[in-house]
Amino acid sequence: MARDVAIIGIGMSSWGELWELSLRDVFVKAALAAIEDAGVDRIDAMYIGNMSAGLFNGQEHLAALMADYLGTDAIPATRVESACASGGLAVKLGFMEVALGMSDIVLVGGVEKMTDVGTNDATYALSTAADQEYEVYQGITFPGLYAIMARAHMDTYGTTREQLAQVAVKNHDHGSLNPIGQYPFKITLESVLNSVMVADPLRILDCSPITDGAAALVLCPLELAKKISKKPAVKIIGVGHATDSIALHSRNDITSLPATAKAADMAFKMADVNIKKIDLVELHDCFTIAEICVIEELGIVEKGKGGTAATSGLTRLGGKIPVNTSGGLKSKGHPVGATGVAQVVEIVTQLRGDAGPRQVEKARIGLTQNMGGSGGSTLVHIMEVI
Amino acid sequence: MSVSKYWREMPQRYRLEAGKCKSCGKIYFPVRLVCKECGSRKFEKISLSREGVLVSHTVIHIAPAQFTDQVPYVVGVVELKEGVRLLAQIADCDEKQLKKGMPIRIEFRKISEEGNAGIINYGYKGVPA
Amino acid sequence: MVGIVGYGSYIPRNRIKVEAIAKQWGTDAESYRKGLFVEEKSVPGPDQDTITMSVEASLRALQRAEIDPINIGAVYVGSESHPYAVKPSGTTVAEAIGATPDVHCADFEFACKAGSEAMFVALQLVKSNSMDYALGIGADTSQGAPGDALEYTASAGAAAFIMGRENLLASCEYTHSFMTDTPDFWRREHQFYPQHGGRFTGEPAYFKHITNCANIVMEKAALKPGDFDFAVFHQPNGKFPQKVGKMLGFRQEQISQGLLCPRIGNTYSGSSPLGLTAILDVAKPGNLILMVSYGSGAGSDGFIWKVTDRIDTVRDRAPKTWDIINGEKVYLDYGLYSKYRRKIIMNE
Repeated sequence: MARDVAIIGIGMSSWGELWELSLRDVFVKAALAAIEDAGVDRIDAMYIGNMSAGLFNGQEHLAALMADYLGTDAIPATRVESACASGGLAVKLGFMEVALGMSDIVLVGGVEKMTDVGTNDATYALSTAADQEYEVYQGITFPGLYAIMARAHMDTYGTTREQLAQVAVKNHDHGSLNPIGQYPFKITLESVLNSVMVADPLRILDCSPITDGAAALVLCPLELAKKISKKPAVKIIGVGHATDSIALHSRNDITSLPATAKAADMAFKMADVNIKKIDLVELHDCFTIAEICVIEELGIVEKGKGGTAATSGLTRLGGKIPVNTSGGLKSKGHPVGATGVAQVVEIVTQLRGDAGPRQVEKARIGLTQNMGGSGGSTLVHIMEVI
Repeated sequence: MSVSKYWREMPQRYRLEAGKCKSCGKIYFPVRLVCKECGSRKFEKISLSREGVLVSHTVIHIAPAQFTDQVPYVVGVVELKEGVRLLAQIADCDEKQLKKGMPIRIEFRKISEEGNAGIINYGYKGVPA
Repeated sequence: MVGIVGYGSYIPRNRIKVEAIAKQWGTDAESYRKGLFVEEKSVPGPDQDTITMSVEASLRALQRAEIDPINIGAVYVGSESHPYAVKPSGTTVAEAIGATPDVHCADFEFACKAGSEAMFVALQLVKSNSMDYALGIGADTSQGAPGDALEYTASAGAAAFIMGRENLLASCEYTHSFMTDTPDFWRREHQFYPQHGGRFTGEPAYFKHITNCANIVMEKAALKPGDFDFAVFHQPNGKFPQKVGKMLGFRQEQISQGLLCPRIGNTYSGSSPLGLTAILDVAKPGNLILMVSYGSGAGSDGFIWKVTDRIDTVRDRAPKTWDIINGEKVYLDYGLYSKYRRKIIMNE
């Protein structure tokens, strides 16, 4: 009874420290780009991923505000929150809206405008995705939580400091080919290893930046897409969504991200594919250690072997399974609520064959993995070009 | 932070009060209303031991606003004798000597302050034993 | 008979040497070391205050007392550095050690005498059968004004005593208190540092009150200095307690075990109570101990303690005071000391 769902429009404005643009402007620019890309003249419903406009901008009630400024006609609009996986969650809900026949043309957006507060306040706002009473109360930060994971991974599997840095180097190599990103340039291993310490062993160049940005998609039933879209239709073939304890210390193994494994499993089953069929992956490299843990959970490498993937070339552009061709959160930027949507934008760009110098050859199936907190929420989407 | 939010957590923060599932024996810190293992809703109140070992740690150099005057400080995951883990600052330590598995004891410490006029937030920290 | 059923001590691991302070102000360290008879002082970490040290000392007292904290009827914290101007330290301590809610809490303040005051009231409540156990604590994280002579000694530490009627490790044989209005040292409301009367703090203040109090309590007990195994007096510096001991007729051997100031400074309300813990750590059953506190403003509480057989079975259940003093230490420079003691102006 459910309808097949396709992505017919993608939009992203340039990301970075967008001092001139307000929260609403950042969103509307990306949304208009997606609508234009789709060539549609109306939107029936809208889902917006946003983590914390309340803390970053003092603004809640985002859905109505954005629907108004986008110039829509009193459409149902919903803002969804799942920390840094808010964007991925918006994609899932947009998919459901279309699949269930509730609406035909659905705009899925994600936005975060993070530079309206200082670094301390931004650090605090992000930390609200952790357990307030039993993590944040003690003075932990997100770099701190991932640093604890990194140290445990190093202790348990012999992962090295250099291997962490190589993830950043690889993603910046990719990102240097994506001018829309925040930091579209290469960095060296030495510069990562000598950058400012944030939460030992993680340094500033192990961390994704604070970014203003938005991304948007237009979804519609596959059958309709075939009629109205001139571009290759990209079908959403797998959706996975899982949760875990948001407190890192409550997990049996702090080097594991069980919600990612579970969400991936759901998406693989729904799409009836396995990791070997995936041509490229956009995943949540909020910190270098995160990419190492996530490729293990996705089955790209064996548990504990994630450290060597960037150096061996496995996950590089031109490798067997390129990871984060967009530059990832690391180079492209991480406007938290927009990230999950932007990952889909990159996959669609690649599957359409529009990725230019960073194009993955013969890309037919791509996967996104978008994660909230220290792994408490994960969304996985699998897309195939038809 | 609101005072009620602080006050409500005192048994856990001051005395390490935890809940032991009366059905399957699983211990939760803090106590919950429903056991994740067996679904039971009956818990016995216990106080966790103040001894454990370090599982992993970090040294925070860039801190949230309330902790900026404390940098650098160590935060670690500590596994207490009962097998229950918690996240805590590790005080009074030479960070170079911190190692996975080293013994840690829990002390009552000041965690942060609500500025110069607000309440003082107390709680548990680890100290190398 | 009433007395002590459990005791515990707590001293932060941070120290600053007299030299480090003298260097900052261009003064002669040697003259301070000799004049005050002090080498170094304890410094609280940024996360330690009167409440946190009181909790840890009390938990150690509970380890020795081996009683259920719910049976403690009173928690009294004596300090001149209560973290709050208004809001009791006692309720936080009582909550943290598990003595709430059927408990009486009060905070005492009497310069350096607040600790012995808390002990005295705890003893009397147990003696009057109002409750089975009462906890008296002396704790401070005192500050001397930068550059002032007090900066070389004002330090941090806590001692906690659980008083009871049964299973005593030391019985209280006699007490006496001696008070007059003597303005030798004070701190007005809203002032960060105290002021003092310089040499006026000596003869008409410290020496007058301690000698009178000591002589009267010994007279009550019909005991002479030679009858005691140990004596401990308030220790604003290392010199005064030795001088007052000599004035009263005590020998150095009776005083040195409880003389902590040269190594940790003046712990204010914790001073003579911490000295008592160090003595109990080594005392033998039957030993007699004279303890006389002193608080500016001014007054002394005198106690004669007699150690019981139980001391031998309980003293090893918690860390001993000299072991804590001689344990791991971290020496601070004046910069880190200033950071820890909030002498650096920060953004709100």
